Amino acid sequence: MSVLLSVIYLIATVTFVVGLKRLGHPDTAKSGNMIAAVGMVLAILGTIFIHDLKVAPIIYILIGVAIALGSIIGYLIAIKVEMTKMPELVSLFNGFGGASAALIGLVEFSKNVEDSLQAITIVSGIIIGAITFSGSLIAWGKLNGSLKSVVKIPQYNLVNNIFFLGIIALAVFMIVSGNHSQLFTYGVLAGGLVYGILFVLPIGGADMPVVISLLNSLTGIAAAITGILYDNMVMLVGGILVGSAGIILTVAMCKAMNRTLASVIFGAFGGEDAVEGGSKTQGTIKKTTASDAAIMMNYATNVIIVPGYGLAVAQAQHVIHELEEILTDKGVNVKYAVHPVAGRMPGHMNVLLAESNVDYDLLVEMEDINPQFTNADVVLVVGANDVVNPAAHNDPSSPIYGMPILDVENAKHIVVNKRSMNAGYAGIQNELFFNSKTSMLFGDAKAALTELVSELKNM
Amino acid sequence: MNAFIQFISDNLQIVYILILAIFVGVEVIKSIPAVLHTPLMSGANALSGVVIVGAILVMLHSDPENYLALTLGFIAVVLGIINVVGGFAVTNRMLQMFKKRK
Repeated sequence: MSVLLSVIYLIATVTFVVGLKRLGHPDTAKSGNMIAAVGMVLAILGTIFIHDLKVAPIIYILIGVAIALGSIIGYLIAIKVEMTKMPELVSLFNGFGGASAALIGLVEFSKNVEDSLQAITIVSGIIIGAITFSGSLIAWGKLNGSLKSVVKIPQYNLVNNIFFLGIIALAVFMIVSGNHSQLFTYGVLAGGLVYGILFVLPIGGADMPVVISLLNSLTGIAAAITGILYDNMVMLVGGILVGSAGIILTVAMCKAMNRTLASVIFGAFGGEDAVEGGSKTQGTIKKTTASDAAIMMNYATNVIIVPGYGLAVAQAQHVIHELEEILTDKGVNVKYAVHPVAGRMPGHMNVLLAESNVDYDLLVEMEDINPQFTNADVVLVVGANDVVNPAAHNDPSSPIYGMPILDVENAKHIVVNKRSMNAGYAGIQNELFFNSKTSMLFGDAKAALTELVSELKNM
Repeated sequence: MNAFIQFISDNLQIVYILILAIFVGVEVIKSIPAVLHTPLMSGANALSGVVIVGAILVMLHSDPENYLALTLGFIAVVLGIINVVGGFAVTNRMLQMFKKRK
């Protein structure tokens, strides 16, 4: 490898570390993303042009066509996608990365494999790449609604684990025996693909962000393994960075959702087991109308809005901003209480509200807003359920017991907008809805908020 | 056991880099506010597209007569670059929205 290329790879590696670091802070995140992107472009151009191989012109043309084609597709998808579709998009892109890693392994195996290190890297690259590819596609299908049901084969944990051990056994056999026949190569590929499906299919929709994060981390590991194969430092370090950062992010997400990684992978949330554990709160609920709720907010001093999943699904992020502006014009002090897992994945709500131009300073995180609920005259809960369920504090038998929640029940009045009385992800009823301070405003988030806005305009 | 030790000492540099990179990844990401989890996941996803470098190497090393390798390499480059370009572009789009309104 030429000295120049080594230096380019070194620079690219540093941009990855710096970029990732800067992505972790709101003020520097944008530049962080740019820095890492520049590093990636450098690494790609360096790889194409700096080497002493004799390469036929046709291959350069093919590489150029592939890059142009993929760049256009990727860019178009990225600028066209709706912000509410972010989780499935990340999943889809990630699947592509995994597929790329698996394909590299396939090609390398058809060439000469020199030693066991090479064999190990190629086989594990194929397996991990295949798992991420099929797993990500299943996650994508589940999130965009084309795969609705939670498929569960009896004893699926046992079946999955035995299947996985089978793949490992085949891989070990290939490495030890040095038998790299096409049958075995495609065998581990197929095994990885099937395992990816088996792995993701039984996991519930609510846990999907965790799965995507985990699969993302796996793609990083696949890239790193391929880096070992080519003795390529930018792939090795870049991949490992994504791998370890992805694991940390996965664990952080689990924590925010009050789940352990093991329970995400080995237990279905929102399935029948969860319902049994939950308390069956009953009582009377109080319905309200948009005009009553509007009056209440009009004469309030402090209003806190709690946006949730339902808001994201109804795409009501623009209307809620309109509501906030009207109230602010009327002299009401409005804030948003953003639970870490509000939206369709952690941090998603912030993106959605930012998209509709909500001032970043109005978004208050859970720890900071919780003490302020006692001073709130009205809390408007839009499409959130489990994150405001007091059972997390006071019902040890509840599946969400111990989960950090927004303490909305401390407010003077609570208005909850929901489509129906259906339970949230966790499949449990919410005693907040039966609280004497709570009034329910039923209806689609967008429709209900639009009505609220027009009522307020007339006051 | 001896084979394992031999393996480590043969690939000492890689083992060092591997372990240090794991720590760097953990430290860099350790205290990220939840508000940034989504863009961070998307950005990290774009970074994992570094596998494209391998896909390009596959094509560069391919014999122009080896159609299987070229086809697979071609698809790998397309998929890898979608991951990279799409990932960075969408992360940028998300982060653009985070600007403060005065």
